[in-house]
Amino acid sequence: MLKIDNLHATASDKEILKGVSLAMNAGEVHAIMGPNGSGKSTLAQVIAGHPGYVVTAGTITYDGKDLIAMQPEERAQAGVFLAFQYPVEIPGVTNAYFMRSAYNAVRKAQGKEELDPIEFLELMDERLKLVDMDVSMLHRSVNAGFSGGEKKRNEILQMAVLEPRLAILDETDSGLDIDALRVVAEGVNKLKRSDNATIVVTHYQRLLNYIVPDFVHVLAQGRIVRSGGKELALELEARGYDWVMEAA
Amino acid sequence: MSSAYAEALRALPKADSPEWLRQLRHDAFARFEALGFPTTRNEDWHFTSVTPIAERTFTPVAHGPGTGALSPADVAALVIGDPSWHRLVFVNGRFEPELSAFSALPAEVRVMTLAEALQESPEFVAEHLGKLAAYRKDTFTALNTALAQNGVVIHVPRGVVVDEPVHIVHITDAQASATAIHPRLLAVVDALAHVALVESYASTGTASYFTNAVAEIEVGNGARVNHYKIQRESIEAFHVGTVQVSQGRDSVYHSFSYAAGAALSRTNVYTKLLGESGETRLNGLYMVDGTQHADHQTFVEHLAPSCASRELYKGILDGTSHGVFNGKVYVDPVAQKTDGKQTNHSLLLSPEARVDTKPQLEIFADDVKCTHGATVGRLDLAALFYMKSRGIGADQARALLTYAFAAEVLETIELDTLREGLEKLAFARFTRGEQR
Repeated sequence: MLKIDNLHATASDKEILKGVSLAMNAGEVHAIMGPNGSGKSTLAQVIAGHPGYVVTAGTITYDGKDLIAMQPEERAQAGVFLAFQYPVEIPGVTNAYFMRSAYNAVRKAQGKEELDPIEFLELMDERLKLVDMDVSMLHRSVNAGFSGGEKKRNEILQMAVLEPRLAILDETDSGLDIDALRVVAEGVNKLKRSDNATIVVTHYQRLLNYIVPDFVHVLAQGRIVRSGGKELALELEARGYDWVMEAA
Repeated sequence: MSSAYAEALRALPKADSPEWLRQLRHDAFARFEALGFPTTRNEDWHFTSVTPIAERTFTPVAHGPGTGALSPADVAALVIGDPSWHRLVFVNGRFEPELSAFSALPAEVRVMTLAEALQESPEFVAEHLGKLAAYRKDTFTALNTALAQNGVVIHVPRGVVVDEPVHIVHITDAQASATAIHPRLLAVVDALAHVALVESYASTGTASYFTNAVAEIEVGNGARVNHYKIQRESIEAFHVGTVQVSQGRDSVYHSFSYAAGAALSRTNVYTKLLGESGETRLNGLYMVDGTQHADHQTFVEHLAPSCASRELYKGILDGTSHGVFNGKVYVDPVAQKTDGKQTNHSLLLSPEARVDTKPQLEIFADDVKCTHGATVGRLDLAALFYMKSRGIGADQARALLTYAFAAEVLETIELDTLREGLEKLAFARFTRGEQR
C-alpha cells in the first residue's frame, strides 16, 4: 500500500530526513518511534504534504501513485489521513461544517454523492460514540478552546468520519491522560480493517499497549536505524534510545 | 466648492421652519464654509482623501413625496430585516410612508420623521437637535446640520422597553445619481429604557451619489441602546456617516458597524461616557475589494469613573482596496477604574491591498486598565494546510477561513435576524464570489 524509498526532506534548507525507507501493506499497523528531533513528525507531515518541507530525493508510492506529486487535499481524497500532533484551531468554522466539507470533498473526489446536513448529522451521531464525544462538540469552532484531550479526540473523530485507507497518528498520545488514551486507542482499533493501514508515531511505548503494532521502526537522525516486531517497543522502553543508537 | 450646497440651503422650504432651526442651519453652513473639506494634512483624515467628494457637484434631491417606484418586496430583498421590526423607509432621501410601518410601537414611544417632529414637538427637537453633533468642528456634520431635510426623531421615555428594533432604511436607486442625501437621526432614550436601532443603507444599482449621515443618540441613566449600522451603498457611492453618543450612569451602548459598499466610506462613531459605570461596545466589520476605500474612526471619551469600553474591528481587504482604522480612547483625570480594550484585526487577501491602523490612547487617570492591539495579516497557513489535509480544496479552504475571520466578529451581533443575515452575506461572498 505504501512504499517509501530513500526519502530525503529539508525544512528551511536543513536536512531532516536522510534516506528513510519503509514498506507497509494493507491491514498492518506500523509504529515509528524515536527520540525527540529524530524526524518522526517530519516524516508524518511529509506524507501528508505539508508545504513547509521540501522532498529533495527519494519516492513515496501510495497505491501505485506518486504521492509527492499530489496536493495535500488530493492525498486526503485518496485516503491519506494525518492526525496532527498539534491540531489547528479555526475560530469561526464549526466542527460540523468543517467535517461535512471534508467528508463531502472526499466523497466527491471518489465520485460518490454528497451528504446534506441532516444526513451528515445522522452519520456523526454514530461516529461520535466511537470517541465518546458529545454532539455539542459539533457546534463549537474547530478545536477553538478545546482541551488537549478534546483536540486529540477530535482528530480521531475526523478519522472516523473520513475512514482513511492510510492513517498516520502523530504523537496522538501526548497530552492525554490514561482514560482519554484508552478511548482514543479503542476508537482507532475499531476503525481498523483488513483494507486499511495505520502508522503510529510516538515517543513512548505506552500507546502501543493499546494499539498493538505489527512492526516497530526506530527513527534516529533522519534514518530508520532498526526495525522489529512489537517486542522492540518494550525493549526500547526498558533500555532507552541510546542503546539502539549506539548499536546502529 | 460649496455653491451647489449653498443653493441647496437657499432652496429649503422656509415656511415650516422655526426661527431657531433657520439660525442653526445658517450657523452650521457658515461652519461648513469656514472649515472646508478636510485635506490629508488634517491628522484625522491623513489616510483618506475626500477629493472625489469635494470636487464633484452633488445636487439636492427634489423635495416632496417619493416616487413610489419600489414595492415592499423590493425593500425586503434589499435589506436584512424582519417583518416584525418597526420600519421607516427612505428612498433617495425621501420618506416613503407606503413602505414604512411603525404603528405597532408602544404608545408612549414617539417615532416621527424630522419634518413631523418639527410640527408636533418643536420644543423637543430644539432641545436635542445639534446638541451632540459637533457641527462647529466637523465639516460633514456641519453640512448635514445645514441641509438635513429628512430624518428620524425617536423618543423612548423612561423605563420603556421596546421589544422589536426600529429599522431605518435608506435606499437609493438610479434617480439618486449625482445627488447628496443628508440623513439625520435623533434618538433620545430616557433612563432605564431599552431600544435597538438598525440603520440600513442599500442601493438598487450602481448610481454615484453622496450620503452624508449624522446620528445623535442620547442614552439615559441605566438605559440600553443597541445600534447597528449596515452600510451596503452602491459601489460608486460616497458615504460619510457620523454617530455621536452620550451615555449616562450605568448605561449600555453597543454599536456594530458593517461596511461593504461605497467607493469611499468614512464611518465615525464617537461616544462620551458621562456617568459612572457605563458600558460601551464598538464592534465592526468591513469587507472591501477592487479600489474601495473604507475608513473607520472611533473615539471613546471616558469622562466618569468605572466605565468599560470594548472595541473589536475587523477588516477584510482584496484587490487594491485600502482600509483605515483609527481608534482613539481618551481617559479623563476623573475617570479612575476605567477598563478599556481595543482590538483591530485586518486580513489582506491580495498583495496590493493596504491597511493603515492607528490606535491612540490618551490616559490622564492613574488607576486604569487600557489595552490595544492591532494585527494585519494574511490567511493562516497552518489552518490552510489543516483543512487541505482533510480533503478540502485550496479555494474552499481559503473561502472558509476568510468567512471564519468575519464570523468571529459577526457573532457578537445580538439581533438574530441581523447576525444570520450578515453571516449569509459574508458566506456567499467568500464561498460563491457573490458581492456585498
